[in-house]
Formats: sequence, C-alpha cells, structure tokens
Amino acid sequence: MSLKQVTVFVENTQGSLVNITETLAQNNVNLRALSIADTLEFGLLRLIVNDNDAAAKALTDKGYILKITEVVGVKIGDQPGKLSKALAVLAEAGVNVEYLYAFMARTEKHAYVVLRPTDNAAAENALEAAGFHLITDADVDKL
Amino acid sequence: MEQRYYQKDIETMPVEDIKKLQSEKLVKQVKHVWDNVPYYRHLMEEKGVTPDDIHGIEDLHKLPFLTKADLRDAYPYGLLAKPLKDCVRIQSTSGTTGRRVVAFYTQHDIDLWEDCCARAIVAAGGTDEDVVQVAYGYGLFTGGPGLNGGSHKVGCLTLPMSSGFTDRQIQFMQDLSATILCCTPSYAAYIGETLKEQGITPDQIPLKAGIFGAEAWTQEMRENIEKTLGIKAYDIYGLTETSGPGVAFECSEQTGMHINEDHFLAEIIDPDTGEVLPEGAKGELVFTSLDKEAFPLLRYRTRDICVLSRKPCSCGRTLIKMAKPMGRSDDMLIIRGVNVFPSQIETVLLKEGYEPNYQIVVDRVGNNDTFDVNVEMTADMLSDTVSGITEREKALAEAMKVMLGINPKVHLVAPKSIVRSEGKAVRVIDKRKLYG
Repeated sequence: MSLKQVTVFVENTQGSLVNITETLAQNNVNLRALSIADTLEFGLLRLIVNDNDAAAKALTDKGYILKITEVVGVKIGDQPGKLSKALAVLAEAGVNVEYLYAFMARTEKHAYVVLRPTDNAAAENALEAAGFHLITDADVDKL
Repeated sequence: MEQRYYQKDIETMPVEDIKKLQSEKLVKQVKHVWDNVPYYRHLMEEKGVTPDDIHGIEDLHKLPFLTKADLRDAYPYGLLAKPLKDCVRIQSTSGTTGRRVVAFYTQHDIDLWEDCCARAIVAAGGTDEDVVQVAYGYGLFTGGPGLNGGSHKVGCLTLPMSSGFTDRQIQFMQDLSATILCCTPSYAAYIGETLKEQGITPDQIPLKAGIFGAEAWTQEMRENIEKTLGIKAYDIYGLTETSGPGVAFECSEQTGMHINEDHFLAEIIDPDTGEVLPEGAKGELVFTSLDKEAFPLLRYRTRDICVLSRKPCSCGRTLIKMAKPMGRSDDMLIIRGVNVFPSQIETVLLKEGYEPNYQIVVDRVGNNDTFDVNVEMTADMLSDTVSGITEREKALAEAMKVMLGINPKVHLVAPKSIVRSEGKAVRVIDKRKLYG
C-alpha cells in the first residue's frame, strides 16, 4: 500500500513555480494533485504525479532538490461530512496529520484526500478498518 | 581644559626618550622570549636571527611575525614565558572553539595592563572622585577585568556591573551617580535607547564620559551615543593577545588613540609582503610587547588596517597615535563583540552534513548587530513538512552557537541561490558601515 509524493523545495521568487510545471510538462509528467506550503522564505511544493521517477529525474536534472515520501491516499465519497469521518478515525487511532490536501477524479463521483500522518501504517490500518478505500500509485495512473 | 595624566612622565616623555626606552626594553624582551619560549626561538632560528642581532627598535624588522595561527598552534602553553606558578591569571578571546586564544598574566603583567587602562580613564577625565560603571562582560573576556583594574588604580568608586540587565544598569547609574561608563559602543547605544524609552533625559543622569571599545564603531555612532547619554565618548583599543583593552586610548582631542608605547611597540606593515611601512602609511598594525613576563608577543599581526601618526596632540601626550582601525586584512568579522571566522561556519556545516554553500549576512539594526547565515538546502536535509525544515534550521543555529558563542539566525535556501560573483561565492555580506 503506497502512494508516493514528490516534495520540491522552492524559493519564494517570481517564476519559480512556472519553471517547475513547465519542466514537468516537457517531460510528459501529468499532475494529479498538488499543494504548496509556504513560509516567508521558502515553499514546499508537494505533487502527486503519474510518473514519480520521470518527475524526479526531470527536476533533479534542472537542479531542484526534492524528496519522495510516502503519504496516504484515501478515497472519500463526495458528500458532506465524509472527510470529517476519516479524520475522526485517525484521531481515535491517535494519529496526527501533518498536512493534507484533496483532489477530485475526472470521472467518478469521488474525492481523494492525500494525508501525511505522523504514522503511515497506523493511519492506513485505522482507515481500512473503518471501511475506507486507500489509493496507491497504480490507482493514480488510472484516475 | 586642564590636562591630567595618570603617569605624566611616560605620557608626555619626549619622543627621543620614548624610543630609547623602547630600545632598552626590546633588547630585554627579545632575550626573555629567546630564553623561555622555544616556539618563538625556533622561528628566530629559521630566520637566522639571535638576540645578539637586536640592539634596539631599529632592528625590530629582523624578527619573525607571530599570527593568530601561531597562537592556535601553540595553544595553550606554547608561548608561555614564565612557569605557571608565577602566573596569576588567564584571560581568553570570546567563545570560539578551535580559535580560542589564552593569554597568561603574572602580577607584573596585570599591573602593567591596569596602568594602561588607568591612563585611559584619566584621559577621559576620570579622577578618584568619579564613579565608574563597568558594563563590559567580566570573566574570560578582558573588557570587564581590564577597566575594573584601571578604575581601582585611579581610585574611582568602581561598579562591577558586567554586561546585560539594562534596567539594573540604569537604576545603579541613577542611584549611585555613575559618572563614567565603560562598555562596548553598541551596549552604550542600547542603554541610551532604553533611557529614552523610559523618558529619562541626559541631564537627569550624572554621566559625563564613556570609554567604549572591543568593536568597531563609526563617528556617527559616537555622536549618537554622546547625544543620547549626554557624555563625551572615548575610544579604547586592545586585544586579548596583547593584554586586553588599554593598548591605546583616546584623549580629549578625540582624533585617534595614543598607544601606550612604553609597553607596546607599534609598526605598520604591508599585509601582503610584510614590509614595514613609513609613518602615515596605511597598513596592518603589528604589536610587540616590551615588558610582558608571562605572555610576551613579538611582532604580533593584529590584522587591523590602520595608520599611525606622531603629529603633536593638544592634550600634551607625546605617545604615538593610531587611527580608528579602517578594516581587516583577514576575513574575521566581529559580531556583537565576538570574533567570527567564515571558516568556522564551514566547519559546522560539514560536520552537520551540509554542503559548504553558505552566506553570512551581518547588519546593524538600531545599534545591535544582526547575524544571519543562509545555507543551501540539500536533498538529504529536505523534509516534506515546514516544521521539519524549521527544526533543521534551529539545529544548525544551535551547532553554530556552540562553535561561535553567539546565536545566528539560519535560513535554508534553495540550491545555487547564494550569489556567486565571477563564479566565486560571496561568503560575507557586511551591511554595517563600521569603518565609515
């Protein structure tokens, strides 16, 4: 069970994001989801892409530094209260969430949430036990 | 204004007599070092010089130089010229691991040093009726102990405050009617700002003079301190290697510092060739101690860029004057009074697993130094959380604090983002106008 995220360290300067997205486009990397955490000094661009290796190579070649981390992807029904339920499950299991972001699938009536729990395995077990469907890299390809 | 001196016979001695005195002392000092310091004797032998070649100050140029690197190599006892049982004190440069300089003193050396500080206090108008507030740090740092001793010698009532606790400084200053303040110029400025904040005007405090040193400060800063504290601000120069503050001091003319030439023989050299430059030329200041027992240093290169002048001074002192240092001939920075070498930052980075890609940015905001270190992020150190990166920055700042003794603000920045000029990274950006 694994969903991989590419985290890129970006400077808070003009054009730094477009340089990254263009690099990915030129290498046929498709973006599924992204989020940015920014501070006054730097930003962290977190990406879910269809091809992690291609994304990592293309960006590293351009001099970016990045890190591939495992995160947890959860399929959530597109109805009010569904995300709350998933978070309640994690809270009950004593797992904290460092950050999360969500994206919609093109076809299905589902939302997907990318979570960065303090403990991936514990989060996955708790969510699955509560009946949530987790997504992997292979699933991302098909979305 | 009536001129007073602490040791008038020396301070106003005709120049020819001073030179004669220096020559006599130099011959003895060289002999003392030759007999007792194998490290320096070896340097002399390498140059083919023996004490027999030194007949007076005209032969000084024959002697080899000493640098901070020698002091490091010889740490701790290699340059000691007296048995430890004859020493009564050590002092040390501010908290720099690996670069620490330890200086030893016999009672004679302490007396000599305190006399130098006493001359500075009297030149600033001090008498036995004054109350001297010493707000330099006490301890290994020479500032507090030096001025404390000088103040005793003059017979002033001495307030050994050490630095910090500004509210208490101000309370004592008011309650005990301090008339002379001794501290770093940046701390004097800070005390001035605090007085202003508390609504205390200069005429409400009896302070009349200040003796400020241990870091570079500008004429502009002097005027600012003089205005906010309502005093006359005097400069004082010294370094731990030569004893501490009091190697040179300012008089009422405030146009440079008189060097205590009976104890310290000054030269200006070309920092690149080592050649001795004539009076009035700009170059690196070199000191030779003339009557130190425990820690005599011959031709010690200070790395301060400076000018010497024998123009007659209105204060009546005949001692040669040095200008305020105009820069450094090495890359040492003095931040909040602490010596910082860029190489120390590099050492920490390598030890902590970073690449040595960094930039030090020093500025002065208000009257306090800011100290920022930008370090290029590496893939190994990257985290996908903001808190993870902030923790890395804090850990790095802590490691640097352990090495340097002062706390920098560390910023992890994108790779290749540190400005490189002509392919060479600019390691230091000093925005302070220290030598203006």
